Amino acid sequence: MSGLAATASTRATAATPTSRPATVLQVFLEFLIIGATSFGGGVVAYLRNSLVSKRAWLDDKGFVELLSISQSLPGLNSTNMAILIGDRLCGLAGALAGIVGICLPGGLLMLAAGMVYHQHGDHALVTAALKGVAAAAVGLILATVVQLGKKSLEHTADAVFVVATVLGVNRLHQSVLTVLVMVGLIATFWYRPRKTQNGANR
Amino acid sequence: MKEIPALIRVFAYLSLLTVGGGMAAFPEMKILTVQVHHWVTFPQLVHIYSVGQMAPGPNMMMIVSIGDWVAGILGSIVVVIAFFGPTSLLTLTIGRLWKRLERWPWRKSIQEGLAPVSIGLLLAGCFTFARGAVTGLDTAAIAVGTLLILLKYKINPALLVLAAAIIGALSF
Repeated sequence: MSGLAATASTRATAATPTSRPATVLQVFLEFLIIGATSFGGGVVAYLRNSLVSKRAWLDDKGFVELLSISQSLPGLNSTNMAILIGDRLCGLAGALAGIVGICLPGGLLMLAAGMVYHQHGDHALVTAALKGVAAAAVGLILATVVQLGKKSLEHTADAVFVVATVLGVNRLHQSVLTVLVMVGLIATFWYRPRKTQNGANR
Repeated sequence: MKEIPALIRVFAYLSLLTVGGGMAAFPEMKILTVQVHHWVTFPQLVHIYSVGQMAPGPNMMMIVSIGDWVAGILGSIVVVIAFFGPTSLLTLTIGRLWKRLERWPWRKSIQEGLAPVSIGLLLAGCFTFARGAVTGLDTAAIAVGTLLILLKYKINPALLVLAAAIIGALSF
């Protein structure tokens, strides 16, 4: 019974009618603006704000569904979202417009920043400032991990998989690919589909 | 010019490891760009990644800088295509198949299984990064301070990173 209900609800989220049609140019410009203004990471929040709240190009359910696809595939969440949303709105051209738009401003900025760093990166003042920036980046990444963990870790077994992954990379010095595949397979098998009466594993 | 094929190989490979976020690929990025190909030093890699945190858009656009240092503008374009091309094609394909995959019982298992692994990879990347970024009590204090402020208050992280730059420069 619960299986039926689950199928029905996933059907509903899968059907994502776009509330308002968008052209490829509109998609490109919107992603370009997000790519130029989303300072401080958390691009996904900027995307939701702009595409769901402001433009109403897709609804919240559709957005969350696309986000869950983005998160379980390789690739950055922000660029995967650009591909998926662009594709839903305008097909292949939309996907291309989305990813080029979101990458272009930051890419040009980092090209310039890289050139400046290459010439002046060894100045004592620059090194001192970057020392502070790098330290803050550690705090920023940890905060992201904590927030992500609160949202997506529900089972006790998850803690074991997190620790196994960290140890595999940092202590056993295995390649990220090896650890990803090994722990990923074990964890996937742990959460394998089971035919329990009440779906307790779900 | 002769480094172009290596740039393509390295960054296409790295992109496949970015499950959960760009930081997941960082340990491998360090090995390949610093130890194997000697394109950058570890401090340079840590620095340019940190600068990238202040830029808008996807947080791995620092790869553009590495591409430019190794092979000029062409290198930076090649790196972007190699890094975003394969995963984008995969995402496009899976995105279109998603409705059909919904009935596949293993899809949920893979999603549930990958969630803790992706968080572990981010954490592992962060630890590798921290080895280059947290070098003493002063930098440890900035890292912990940033973490605590971000967990407690809703503040734009770019501002904190900027503040840390100023603190760093002043302490010089």
